[in-house]
Amino acid sequence: MNAEVMKLLIPGLTIVLGGAMPAFAIGWMGAHAMDAIGRNPEAASKLQTIIILVVAFAEAIAIYSLVVALILKFV
Amino acid sequence: MTPISLAAEPIFHIGSVAINNSLITGVVGSALIIALFVFTAKKIEFHPKGKFTSVFEAISEQILDLIEQVVQNREKAIQFFPLLMTLFIFIVINNWLGLVPGVGSIVVNTHEGAFPLFRGANADLNTTLALAVISVVTTQIYAVKELGLFKQLQKYFSLNPIKLFIGILELISEVSKMISFSFRLFGNIFAGEVLLIVISSLMPVVAPLPFFFLEIFVGFIQALVFTMLTLVFLTIATSDHSEYNHDEVRPELKPADIEEASSHADSRHI
Repeated sequence: MNAEVMKLLIPGLTIVLGGAMPAFAIGWMGAHAMDAIGRNPEAASKLQTIIILVVAFAEAIAIYSLVVALILKFV
Repeated sequence: MTPISLAAEPIFHIGSVAINNSLITGVVGSALIIALFVFTAKKIEFHPKGKFTSVFEAISEQILDLIEQVVQNREKAIQFFPLLMTLFIFIVINNWLGLVPGVGSIVVNTHEGAFPLFRGANADLNTTLALAVISVVTTQIYAVKELGLFKQLQKYFSLNPIKLFIGILELISEVSKMISFSFRLFGNIFAGEVLLIVISSLMPVVAPLPFFFLEIFVGFIQALVFTMLTLVFLTIATSDHSEYNHDEVRPELKPADIEEASSHADSRHI
């Protein structure tokens, strides 16, 4: 484990960990939104804006780790 | 593969101020937006004839309807409209300008090296941070205008120890709003540029095409998300929580209506 191997490994691991959790969260939210729309199809248009917002919040975490990974890789 | 730089590169200097390639694209984008809207505003009529004007009217109306859906108040929606429309149009035009051929591929030689002449404005953290600061500060101004300075300050400072602690948390959340606004937009757009560069260097002919579609979609969604979040924060900040009453009975619902509705629900269940 010399410094060069770490420099290749760490950005990859950063985006792996930072991407896995939001992916899980977004999948979970999508599943529950579909549940809700299945129960009450008229609410689909109201749910849509909320879901886009909430998914954006979860996605932001992945983007933070992406920015960190990019900084580690290119700076 | 073209070298990837996280920061925008300086093209030339005016005095001690470095003019970045992102700034140049941002100015071009702003000029384009101003030209489009001034042209449209001059042609506006009660019965619009041209397709061009109709398209802009349709976009404006869609956004106004979206705002009204969230705020539930036409007057407030019209009050918020200029800020949100500006944010949306500026972000979406600049995101899409970053995908135009020539952006990132025209290279000029400067004193510090060869840099691309244009770079998407939102692929620079300075632009997105400026947008985030505008969004958060304007939210505060709207809240002061709506509630008064004293009531707005009461949200953050209080003699009650519990409320004081909540106030500190609120102050932290204002700062974190700026960070999350700016990093979300910057991360998405910069990551898109890196993705396109990497794919283009792997297989330059057909492979980047689907990713361009993805980036057009991401650019639109991110502009929408930025606008919607600003709108939601505006709505929360300008609504007076002390007047909210849990026991309030909605006047438009009479007991007979509720019974009818519940009987309908029962019949559907069975």
